[in-house]
Amino acid sequence: MFYCKVDYRVLLSFSDWLNKWKDRLYLNFVASGRYKYLLRGLWMTLRITFFAVLLGIALGVVAAIIRSTHDKIIEEIRPGFGKFLLRFFNLIVKLYLTIIRGTPVVVQLMIMYYVIFASSTNAMMVAILAFGINSGAYVAEIIRSGIMSIDPGQFEAGRSLGFNYIQTMIYIIIPQAIKNILPALANEFIVLIKETSVSGYVGIMELTRGGDVIRSRTFDAFPPLLAVAIIYLIIVVFFTKLVSMLERRMRNSER
Amino acid sequence: MSAEIKTGEVLISVKDLAKHYKNKAGEIHALDGITTDIKKGEVLVIIGPSGSGKSTFLRSLNLLERPTGGTITFEGQDVMSPKNDINKLRQKMGMVFQHFNLFPHLTIMDNMTLAPRKLLKMSQADAEKKALQLLERVGLQDRADTYPSQLSGGQKQRIAIVRALCMSPDVLLFDEPTSALDPEMVGEVLDVMKDLAKTGMTMAVVTHEMGFAKEVASRVIFMDAGKIVEEGTPEEIFDNPQNERLKTFLAKVL
Ligand SMILES: Nc1ncnc2c1ncn2[C@@H]1O[C@H](COP(=O)(O)OP(=O)(O)OP(=O)(O)O)[C@@H](O)[C@H]1O
Ligand SMILES: [Mg+2]
Repeated sequence: MFYCKVDYRVLLSFSDWLNKWKDRLYLNFVASGRYKYLLRGLWMTLRITFFAVLLGIALGVVAAIIRSTHDKIIEEIRPGFGKFLLRFFNLIVKLYLTIIRGTPVVVQLMIMYYVIFASSTNAMMVAILAFGINSGAYVAEIIRSGIMSIDPGQFEAGRSLGFNYIQTMIYIIIPQAIKNILPALANEFIVLIKETSVSGYVGIMELTRGGDVIRSRTFDAFPPLLAVAIIYLIIVVFFTKLVSMLERRMRNSER
Repeated sequence: MSAEIKTGEVLISVKDLAKHYKNKAGEIHALDGITTDIKKGEVLVIIGPSGSGKSTFLRSLNLLERPTGGTITFEGQDVMSPKNDINKLRQKMGMVFQHFNLFPHLTIMDNMTLAPRKLLKMSQADAEKKALQLLERVGLQDRADTYPSQLSGGQKQRIAIVRALCMSPDVLLFDEPTSALDPEMVGEVLDVMKDLAKTGMTMAVVTHEMGFAKEVASRVIFMDAGKIVEEGTPEEIFDNPQNERLKTFLAKVL
């Protein structure tokens, strides 16, 4: 026969512990509707991320087009104004990529908020701009490396049939590159969700800041921070799953 | 449109063609003054040691490589002149690559009909009809709906040839079309090329297949160090070579 001898004091301290946590959770999330800080913060985080990604994709596509057009056809363009323009824009884009990727996003955000748009009262817009411009630099490299990963023979085959540069891109290169680009873009979204957590630096009430506000009210740091971490984790895991599903789909189509 | 060019007339005229690469050590003369005419209906075979400039020459003809000097005239038009649309000229100069370069995201049928539909504005039905006829010619009509990755190397290269033919080109350029193939597949590709030659297609072929050169070429060019060192009929080149470098080369490859 087995005896399961449980010390009643252990049980007691366990229920004590449970009760304490119940109180802590109540204090941090339920009392005075504090959970709303997290919900509103999450909503803000998602909005900033979403629009920043859109802006990032728009900027990234333009930057990538300029960079790869320059690299692929600058040699075959006749000297003239067009060639000068392409060189000029290429230089601007290079500068943009270097500056953005060479400085921390928090610094870029603060410069945007306190210097460039010092007179603006719409912090969310400024944050979208800052994160969008930041993300654009990374998206540009994602797209460019997606295009560069395609065998140059594909490009030559297109051109030798008589397609011009743009047609070759549209019919032959992009459809193949998109398989590498789309999952990487979705990843960029995931990265950006986490990066927007520094928006609190310019007083934006996003998810991380929401948790921090609760902490400053209840003087109990662990529950709100734990909640914030769990929410990020759930979102990230969810989107990561989505991305890997997307990747599998793309790999399975054809081939 | 240029006037109809009859068999025996000059289709491509190359004069003093040069391609110089600059590097730290100095200049590489990949092409060093090439002058030759390619006549309609002719099968020109270009042979020579590795690095002699064969690919550079062939790829210069449709400006995949930009020459640094000389002129190329195709059907009476200056290929390098900015006034002539190189994309239009390329439609008439098909090219077949060593590594096939089929489009992996498209079916065989779409590989073949993409250019005719988009560039020649052919209807889907017309383009597919033409593609099917060509597929039958190379015995691959049952492969129309498969993707390139499902084909063997020899099949891929046959498709690459008929893909170029779909544009009804006036000349076909081949850059070592059988070099990437397993030996047992070389024959099927060469057979397609021989058939093409019989139909009077103008062809410029870079190859190491000396048997093909002997059997099919109307003229053979031997290149070395960016120059045409010797040229003539297959009999002249293979049975009675004059130049020492050609003799050494033939001793190695035959
Ligand atoms: N992008 C480049 N930069 C510098 N040199 C080059 C470049 N491309 C080709 N060359 C040089 O030009 C010369 C001719 O090259 P090409 O590819 O035309 O030779 P090939 O006769 O086709 O040789 P193979 O039989 O190996 O294909 C070689 O010496 C090569 O090293
Ligand atoms: Mg070569």
